[in-house]
Amino acid sequence: MGEMTFRLDAHVPGGPLAEKWNRNRFEMKLVNPANKRKNTIIVVGSGLAGGAAAATMSELGYNVKCFCFQDSPRRAHSIAAQGGINAAKNYQNDGDSIYRLFYDTVKGGDFRSREANVYRLAELSVNIIDQCVAQGVPFAREYGGLLANRSFGGAQVSRTFYARGQTGQQLLLGAYQALERQIQRGGVTMYPRTEMLDLVVIDGKARGIITRNLVTGTVESHAAEAVVLATGGYGNVFYLSTNAQGSNATAIWRAYKRGAGFANPCFTQIHPTCIPVSGHYQSKLTLMSESLRNDGRVWVPRKADDKRRPTEIPENERDYFLERKYPSFGNLAPRDIASRAAKEVCDEGRGVGETGLGVYLDFADAIKRLGADVIRERYGNLFEMYERITDENPYRTPMRIYPAVHYTMGGLWVDYNLKGTIEGLHVAGEANFSDHGANRLGASALMQGLADGYFVIPSTIGHYLGSNKLEKVTTEHPAFKSAEAQVAENTRKLLSISGKRTVASFHRELGKIMWDYCGMSRNEAGLKTALEKIARLRAEFWRDVNVPGSDAELNQALERAGRVADFLELGELMCIDALHRRESCGGHFREESQTPDGEALRDDEHFTYVAVWEYAGEGKDPILNKEPLVFENVKLSQRSYK
Amino acid sequence: MRLTLHVWRQDGVDRPGKMVKYEANDIKPDMSFLEMLDVVNEGLTERGEVPIAFDHDCREGICGMCSLMINGVAHGPMKGTATCQLHMRSFKDGDTIYIEPWRARSFPVIKDLVVDRSALDRIIQAGGFITANTGGARDANEILVPKESADDAMDAAACIACGACVAACPNASASLFTGAKISHLGLLPQGQPERYRRALKMVEQMELEDFGSCTLHGECQEACPKEISIDTITRMNRDFIRASLLGTRA
Repeated sequence: MGEMTFRLDAHVPGGPLAEKWNRNRFEMKLVNPANKRKNTIIVVGSGLAGGAAAATMSELGYNVKCFCFQDSPRRAHSIAAQGGINAAKNYQNDGDSIYRLFYDTVKGGDFRSREANVYRLAELSVNIIDQCVAQGVPFAREYGGLLANRSFGGAQVSRTFYARGQTGQQLLLGAYQALERQIQRGGVTMYPRTEMLDLVVIDGKARGIITRNLVTGTVESHAAEAVVLATGGYGNVFYLSTNAQGSNATAIWRAYKRGAGFANPCFTQIHPTCIPVSGHYQSKLTLMSESLRNDGRVWVPRKADDKRRPTEIPENERDYFLERKYPSFGNLAPRDIASRAAKEVCDEGRGVGETGLGVYLDFADAIKRLGADVIRERYGNLFEMYERITDENPYRTPMRIYPAVHYTMGGLWVDYNLKGTIEGLHVAGEANFSDHGANRLGASALMQGLADGYFVIPSTIGHYLGSNKLEKVTTEHPAFKSAEAQVAENTRKLLSISGKRTVASFHRELGKIMWDYCGMSRNEAGLKTALEKIARLRAEFWRDVNVPGSDAELNQALERAGRVADFLELGELMCIDALHRRESCGGHFREESQTPDGEALRDDEHFTYVAVWEYAGEGKDPILNKEPLVFENVKLSQRSYK
Repeated sequence: MRLTLHVWRQDGVDRPGKMVKYEANDIKPDMSFLEMLDVVNEGLTERGEVPIAFDHDCREGICGMCSLMINGVAHGPMKGTATCQLHMRSFKDGDTIYIEPWRARSFPVIKDLVVDRSALDRIIQAGGFITANTGGARDANEILVPKESADDAMDAAACIACGACVAACPNASASLFTGAKISHLGLLPQGQPERYRRALKMVEQMELEDFGSCTLHGECQEACPKEISIDTITRMNRDFIRASLLGTRA
């Protein structure tokens, strides 16, 4: 491996944990109100993190350009989040506090996240709820008019705020409406149906991006004083995931190739409750919210190959395996643990449904206890969605669920101020690696996206601008011209191959390799096999892919080809990272490292660090840099939910 | 299943378009409608033809990106269901299916089945928000919202801005879309200060965008994948008329 060159200073402020953010806010440089509008900030992505950051920075007076590939910023994939958003309000008087939310999140992440970032997240969680209510987000209410809460996995308090099963939608619409208000005011210029294809770095600083207009095909340059990437996660590297079809890693991947460190790429979250795969034509997997585990009981038959209908299997022949294995958290065990437990019983031949890759999520007891009306009020839209997809009625027969790729904890490395290893490049939301360690708790993604977008980025961008004298650059700079040329060349290459295989067929094959070898369970031999297979597949892609149409029009095959080309490189980095981390932690389960009862076994002595990968050039091995994780407040322990 | 498809093909904005016939073979009842189109597109690509362009993203009925007039019905035959959540079990072997883009003057066709719905964003820009800059909010529980108001607001806020209401309306009116946002915000205490100004501005913008007028056909409510009620249009009209009578300044 090559020489490490990143200086990974996390810039965590001094002082006690609870005072760090306040101290940082005081110590950060400010930009004079009259000077703010002279600064252009590019925000790529318009979900919770990007939309909130763009709107808030415009409110502060910056000149913002915001980009999204969808036809409207309101369609970003944050919209699909169902269950809720955590906040340490302690409205239920059940013992919650900022410290408890912080502690649950660090523990839930299996002690692989940065303490100071997580504490700030917990601290800001309360401001998020206030902000969203002020915007008119229609959260669920009690009859007296106060806000309602529910429970989520990995916590023993009820701190999740929700808007039916559409919490992400409502939070995103809040941010979107704030954004549209700024667009109307002229503070934000919105570029929908536009995709970022490269980052432009001048004198070591991010100074702009290259984009392609997806309707006309025009390649354009945009210059700025700073760039914020809020482009979401890379779960679609697995082909089948709960992500939207368009969710992609291109922006962060191109930034990586321009010098941004990529942290913990192998940390992926496999969500336990998704509708199982039904056929090879399947294009996506649909999540059934974790909130269902508040009232649903997870079980499989006690004996293998039991083909009876679920309602015919008597109580004493059922195995409620989460309740059995994790009595104190039961069905609300965290996602990584619940997913692995489901895989384990299916591997034993006790899985249900036609493929044997499924477990039951049963509401019969809850319906008996609370009545069907209460269940309908809580989960009605989820039950309907389930029925539309499977043609089965979950009020009468248990749901069948199976784990699926849902979220990526890894992402571009950022310091405490969410700045990447490239000066002027900030990264927010799922696109960064910062807060969830090796496993994210439910209802924490919305919290992080909005904390980053509404509160962190708007302050820290000011600090960056205030502490750097930036020369004015225009898109006439040679760095823009050469990046544009490179983008055009890449497009020309994709269109000129005219091979035999469709882009989708390559994507499907890559996804299968990733799921088989770098999915819920990983081992050295498998990861090495995956690396060989990916290299072969990538070579075949560049030899035999068929991308029809031209570059001067709306060309969805071309868009997808570029994204899959990047996934074929990112998948490799994920396997390299998974291979190097010879411990199990959170969602990363290395079979070589487990406790006698099959739980993930960390190796704190050797792996208490963030793995930050550095691009070393085409055909060269990436370089591993390490940010040691220091725990001053939380004691590292074997995570137990028993 | 074997199906015959007639699909609208159009190269670009202001280009002539036409219906083109395709055979779709080996279609499974468990496929979603868009997965059926994926299969057709894979076949077209393999034969060296240009695949059919259509908008889609989340494929779980929430992002509002998918559209399609299916046999003349916005989002197809299943009530309360977006195209991406429609499954082929709603059709029979041997069926002929006509697939067209949304048709409305305010939604120009970009290519094939893809249309430009940016007019809906501009209606929101005109007033579909509560002015609340980040940072100034008081504690969330200081604002009491009766459960009924929160529930009614949520019913209206469920709109996904897919544009089916416009496509289904004989007048191509965007009243259900606009009324839904006016209702969502107008039903909440936080939305009161801007309530009448909001109604005025949004309705004005809707007219500027060349959408038709509402004559209460009710087709929008039938087509809406989120089953938003035309009561929201009544609320919009009430707030708009009151704003006009009171001389609320836009």
